[in-house]
Amino acid sequence: MSDWIIRVENIGKRYRLGRETRGSYVTLREVVSERFKGLFRSQSLGPARENDFWAIKNVCFEIKKGEVVGIIGRNGAGKSTLLKILSRITAPSTGRVRLRGRVASLLEVGTGFHPELTGRENIFLNGSILGMTRAEIRRKFDEIVAFSEIAKFLDTPVKRYSSGMYIRLAFAVAAHLEPEILVVDEVLAVGDAEFQKKCLGKMQDVATAGRTVLFVSHNLQAVSLLCSRGVLLRSGTLAYDGGVEEATAAYISSFANGSDSVESPDRRTGSGEYRFTKASPVRDYFGGAEEKTIHFEIQRRHNHVGRMWLSAFVVDSAGMIVAQCDSRLVDCLIGDCDGISGQFRLRSPWLKPGSYRIDLFICASGLVDVWEGACSLNISPILPYQNSVSEDGVKGGVVFADFSWQTGQGANQREFFAINGSSRGVPANTTFPRS
Amino acid sequence: MNTIEELVIEASGAERQYWNDLWRYRELFHILAWRDLAVRYKQTVIGVAWALIRPVLMMLIFTVVFGRIAKLPSDGGAPYAIMVLAGMLPWQFFSTALTESSNSLIQNSNLISKIYFPRLIVPAASVITSAVDLLISFSIMAVMMAFYNQWPDWRVLYLPLFIALALAAATGAGLWLCALNVEYRDFRYIVPFIVQFGMYVSPVGFSSSVVPEQWRLLYSINPMVGVIDGFRWAILRGGPQIYWPGLFVSVGLTAALCYSGLWYFRKMERTFADVI
Repeated sequence: MSDWIIRVENIGKRYRLGRETRGSYVTLREVVSERFKGLFRSQSLGPARENDFWAIKNVCFEIKKGEVVGIIGRNGAGKSTLLKILSRITAPSTGRVRLRGRVASLLEVGTGFHPELTGRENIFLNGSILGMTRAEIRRKFDEIVAFSEIAKFLDTPVKRYSSGMYIRLAFAVAAHLEPEILVVDEVLAVGDAEFQKKCLGKMQDVATAGRTVLFVSHNLQAVSLLCSRGVLLRSGTLAYDGGVEEATAAYISSFANGSDSVESPDRRTGSGEYRFTKASPVRDYFGGAEEKTIHFEIQRRHNHVGRMWLSAFVVDSAGMIVAQCDSRLVDCLIGDCDGISGQFRLRSPWLKPGSYRIDLFICASGLVDVWEGACSLNISPILPYQNSVSEDGVKGGVVFADFSWQTGQGANQREFFAINGSSRGVPANTTFPRS
Repeated sequence: MNTIEELVIEASGAERQYWNDLWRYRELFHILAWRDLAVRYKQTVIGVAWALIRPVLMMLIFTVVFGRIAKLPSDGGAPYAIMVLAGMLPWQFFSTALTESSNSLIQNSNLISKIYFPRLIVPAASVITSAVDLLISFSIMAVMMAFYNQWPDWRVLYLPLFIALALAAATGAGLWLCALNVEYRDFRYIVPFIVQFGMYVSPVGFSSSVVPEQWRLLYSINPMVGVIDGFRWAILRGGPQIYWPGLFVSVGLTAALCYSGLWYFRKMERTFADVI
């Protein structure tokens, strides 16, 4: 007998477009009026299946006991659907999954926390929601409290916690789960850097303890650090399954194709009233210091009431967000209209040579459209400075700065240090870059 | 390897596995019911007293309106207030349980979209929470009985059967409504209407003996008629005789409601996480 612990056999999940995917519910009125219309146009109600779409389709793989597998792919590639099927939140439309062991899924930290209840009560509540028995929680209670560092506030309602305390407590509970199979989604994306580090450390402990872990993340460094194997999903199908380095490389190169996005707008997350339909940089290569302009188009899909704004992430090849450009900061809001076209101009910082991914967002009270990897910005390897130096001179730092150095004669040195001391460590003779 | 239980997730789930899971997740059921109870009266000044105030006020109003002003007859000479209370307690339980359970899935939508458990736990826990209120409000009944010096006889031993009937009616209707509510939010508006309407068509403020004999069977289609008549039969000394055909109709319909509610809930349950 083979030693798999998870075996995914040809699973698929079908959604009906414009309903489940939009996250909205139907009202009786819609159903009734649809049926009513159907009386007169009976053929239109037939198998109008062009509206169906498969979030994942024909996915097969096996995971052995003790493997730590990273699942990567763009937004809308089907990662979350796969996790939801594996953790039994939703049922597959086709195929089957066989599991040998208890599955605990951690799709969010603090699921089910109730603000009115105290920290102590929430540990029990959250613990049993995640699948621990009461005896198990009682046994690990002290450990959980110690890990969360909130012992003083154990009997305070959680609604009075700071968000940091809240997350610490929530993660402390989750970290003490001991299932045979652990399914983790993007939990590392919350909290500050220090918390993320702590989470990562705990995840590493779990991974080395011989438990089977499925880990979904956009943080490629975390994935390659934790996982030995990578599964790459693309448009709902398995694109690559093998070593984690190869999988992340394949993932990164999938963005290199730039603006001709493979994904249709309807696969993307967001409520979908408006969708970006086009995003293209005006040039194939930009100089590092040059203004980078991206043309975009937005189309209306459904009515939306209220103002919206746009946002763009500039993401480097390691998956780090170099800049977040929110249109509210520069007084640009958009109202209801049929379609919009416009430009996004990025003037600073100076980007280092390489390829950057641009993620575009339309936001209202919630996310309307999320287009990850809308296009890529290629920065030419020619440095934006007058001179060139060896690699040592430019390899530090995330971006290039617009800077200059000024020096005086040796006689002024004493004066230099004096001024320096009084102005919070900034050399007085340095001029700052301006945008 | 064979000792490890293998779990199979398929497009059409295995029925037996579901009921096993329901048993396995019983602790979650306890804790959700406990959470609802604990949260219900937090940050209220008089706390649990709210479970008492509502039925007392309703009893006063109904006694004045139906007993004094409309001068409707009471059952078997029991004080009108006690008769009203005997109908008010099961009705209040039913209406709270129905309201709470029909909203329960939506209120717990964050759990449903993030964690697996048999969804049946959620509406069931809210029905049980309402049953605790019912037990608390029995203390009013005890006070009223002491006040009028009217104590029940042996028939009170049958009361748990009628509580069970009320529980089943609330669960059956609650299952239907909460599953429908996930898909069609219209039911948010329909439920308060059902509850308000139901209070007047159920014999809460009056005795069902005022209903003309030829309509009695039709009247019993409302399952709460059987429950309320049963409560009065069990609690009031020398109370009305049980109207058997009506009780059979009530029990039969409640059973049908439960069975169909469970069927519909199970059918819709698989898509809850996608739709909610």
